[in-house]
Amino acid sequence: MHDKTLAEQARDLEQGAYSSEELTRHYLERISALDPQLNSYITAAADSALAGARAADTLRAAGEAGPLTGIPLAHKDIFCTDGIKTSCGSKMLDNFIAPYDATVVTRLKEAGMLTLGKTNMDEFAMGSSNETSFYGPVKNPWNTTTVPGGSSGGSAAAVAARLAPAATGTDTGGSIRQPAALCGITGLKPTYGRVSRYGMIAFASSLDQAGPLTQTAEDAALLLNAMAGFDLHDSTSLERPVPDYTADLGADLKGLKIGLIKEHFDPGLDAGVADAVDAALAEYKKLGAEVVEISLPNTHLSVPAYYVVAPAECSSNLSRFDGVRFGYRCENPTDLADLYKRSRGEAFGPEVKRRIMVGTYALSAGYYDAYYIKAQQARRLIRDDFVQAFESVDVIMGPTAPSPAFKLGEKADDPITMYLSDIYTIAANLAGLPAMSVPAGFVNNLPVGLQIIGNYFDEARLLNVAHRYQQVTDWHQRIPKGFE
Amino acid sequence: MSLDKSDVEKIAHLARLAIDEADIPGYADNLSNILEMVEQMNAVDTTEVTPMAHPLDAVQPLREDRVTETDQRERFQAQAPSVEDGLYLVPRVVE
Repeated sequence: MHDKTLAEQARDLEQGAYSSEELTRHYLERISALDPQLNSYITAAADSALAGARAADTLRAAGEAGPLTGIPLAHKDIFCTDGIKTSCGSKMLDNFIAPYDATVVTRLKEAGMLTLGKTNMDEFAMGSSNETSFYGPVKNPWNTTTVPGGSSGGSAAAVAARLAPAATGTDTGGSIRQPAALCGITGLKPTYGRVSRYGMIAFASSLDQAGPLTQTAEDAALLLNAMAGFDLHDSTSLERPVPDYTADLGADLKGLKIGLIKEHFDPGLDAGVADAVDAALAEYKKLGAEVVEISLPNTHLSVPAYYVVAPAECSSNLSRFDGVRFGYRCENPTDLADLYKRSRGEAFGPEVKRRIMVGTYALSAGYYDAYYIKAQQARRLIRDDFVQAFESVDVIMGPTAPSPAFKLGEKADDPITMYLSDIYTIAANLAGLPAMSVPAGFVNNLPVGLQIIGNYFDEARLLNVAHRYQQVTDWHQRIPKGFE
Repeated sequence: MSLDKSDVEKIAHLARLAIDEADIPGYADNLSNILEMVEQMNAVDTTEVTPMAHPLDAVQPLREDRVTETDQRERFQAQAPSVEDGLYLVPRVVE
């Protein structure tokens, strides 16, 4: 069962090949048996998953099933789930059980899906290797001495190891696409504002966006159909009609204009990754696409601008964790200042502290213009480069990450080197554009991802472009050894 | 920008973060390196560029001002470290 895609499982359930309860039980057994090797889940939710599966089977027997009814999935532990612990990978929220569901969780439940559990992640989504989690690192199922990427590392590893047919994630600077690339799966970050962020614990509010991590583009389309749309509870969600993302998956790519980002083929790019991207472009040419080189001259400002905007917004968002209303509180505070300082000091890990401090500094009196305003100006230049590029091309491509999965611990002590893992993904967040990563080969038995960036609200085209590639390649069907 | 021990102490105070004395030099190094990296932005002249707050230049939507939420105080306070009679308890701030 677990070697099937979500779309295939949906057909099997419809035809009665197995029940939702059997499918869910199968995944729960795999999680118990195999996840100790990976640590991809923080919480498995066996009882509620099985109850949901039985309810889905009853619904189906009554003839009321939709396309996703009875399919299990995993949620990144950043999405609030009523009754199941939501830790955000932090000691701060180790005792937190949200009193409500995030809109993404509600919508997928309403579509008939059930929650297998909550996946591991970098603490408060700050990291690119899943090593900053309070619950310990996640291991990459392709090679357990390497990282799965981050921050949605648990979601990516769980889908790659077939410990869930699909998972949700969030992407502030690459946190869906980079782990999808390193784990050999498909990941989509939609347009900023496309998916509601209500109940998704905030990191950097002008960048955060939720999306699916799946085996295939077709599965991502099915999930996005359920996830996308306006939400009154999220003032940044946009009131735009949601198309059926599966409708044009098979559309012909003849005449598609692909822009290849010149600046992303820099000396920092692994030669094997560059070869894999070249090979993917050759496939696209065979499918009738035309490839032209484009330039994004301000793209080198992405990492610097991001490491002002994201920490500044995080320092503001994380001020809510004060040890008063929920979350961790230190023992025996002497006064209110001591309560705030020690609760935060004892419960946040080093990377979260670093980013809060960088942000606090950048926003402090006398520095605001030099850092935050400057970064917002750089951000407009980065955005304008894309706007100009999309006047002559339909989609933009390049590598998702500069290298395949790196070793656990290799970059953990050097923040700047770690930040450069997201060098190709950050620009799409700063511009608010939709972007995907699709499996495009292997280097030293580790997966490589191809990044596809689209114009605003052009998710359907991204999915179409990814799907046609997946029809002529089988990288996305590979399953790591030991998890077949 | 290179930060020293007293800068880190000041920032940690502003951020209400208790930092172990022994960790301060490490943070001073990290933060200095990060600031040096972000200052690469200064190589580009942005004098005439309008700062971008939202990728689609969207404005804040407004809704009718009416009560839409029900009172769930007890449910929410069940999460709190310390409450009494519906109030959050913290160390005394007024003598």
